[in-house]
Amino acid sequence: MKELVELLAKALVDHPEMVTVDLIEKEKSCVIELRVAPDDMGKVIGKQGRIAKAIRTVVKAAATKERKKVTVEII
Amino acid sequence: MKCVEKSAKTVDEAVEIALRELNLNKDQVEIEILEEPTKGLFGLLGGKPAKVKVIKKENPSLRAKELLENIMRAMNLKVEINAEENDEKIKFNINGPDLGILIGRRGETLDALQYLVNLSANKNFEKRKRILLDIENYRKRREETLRKLAYRLADKAKQRGRNVVLEPMNSMERRIIHTALQDRADIYTFSEGDEPYRKIIISPKK
Repeated sequence: MKELVELLAKALVDHPEMVTVDLIEKEKSCVIELRVAPDDMGKVIGKQGRIAKAIRTVVKAAATKERKKVTVEII
Repeated sequence: MKCVEKSAKTVDEAVEIALRELNLNKDQVEIEILEEPTKGLFGLLGGKPAKVKVIKKENPSLRAKELLENIMRAMNLKVEINAEENDEKIKFNINGPDLGILIGRRGETLDALQYLVNLSANKNFEKRKRILLDIENYRKRREETLRKLAYRLADKAKQRGRNVVLEPMNSMERRIIHTALQDRADIYTFSEGDEPYRKIIISPKK
């Protein structure tokens, strides 16, 4: 799932080399933290958070397959 | 842009070496011949190798396909992707087992994926291409369902003489319903509310 977030983020931003993704696992859930270059923030959030929402939707689908709860946070 | 320059005894050989290094096949690249090989005297002296420049082709369609394949790999899904392309749009049909999760509730995941692939593939290109995704013919089946729903609710609106409000839908789905009912003389349709909660109202004509 981490790879998926990284793949999606890198496909959207102007500075893919600045994309970092961290996976924090907890008992039943995990948090994926996505960091991008400051001027790429808009590219992963979008108007009214539309892009962020789409990323979360796709990641959630991937997580269902692995029976896990995942939250994606953009930091 | 990704490109490499390679030399070898023949042009074909040089191209092959370059393709192997880029991990691409011949359809995905443009080939520029920098130097034709020349045979030296007696095939030995002063022979010059062929030199080629192999450039990775970039356009929205190729990018979309590559991204889709990578996403499927990252999600561990075994799928077959077929593309139909014309000037303004490209449609990818994705088929395989267990793709329900990729469609999501009311096609939510499929729409999200389509949105992201559109953004990424058209990034930095002046000429945009609309990218449509479909999984196991979901869109077609959904269109059929929506049309039936439209007819049923139109009858209901007429019978009761009252407005029927549908649940929120995206613009593509609303379009299907408006189109399905545009020829009916006894009712009319319009949309109300703001995206993403915009919904159709079917109203009886007096």
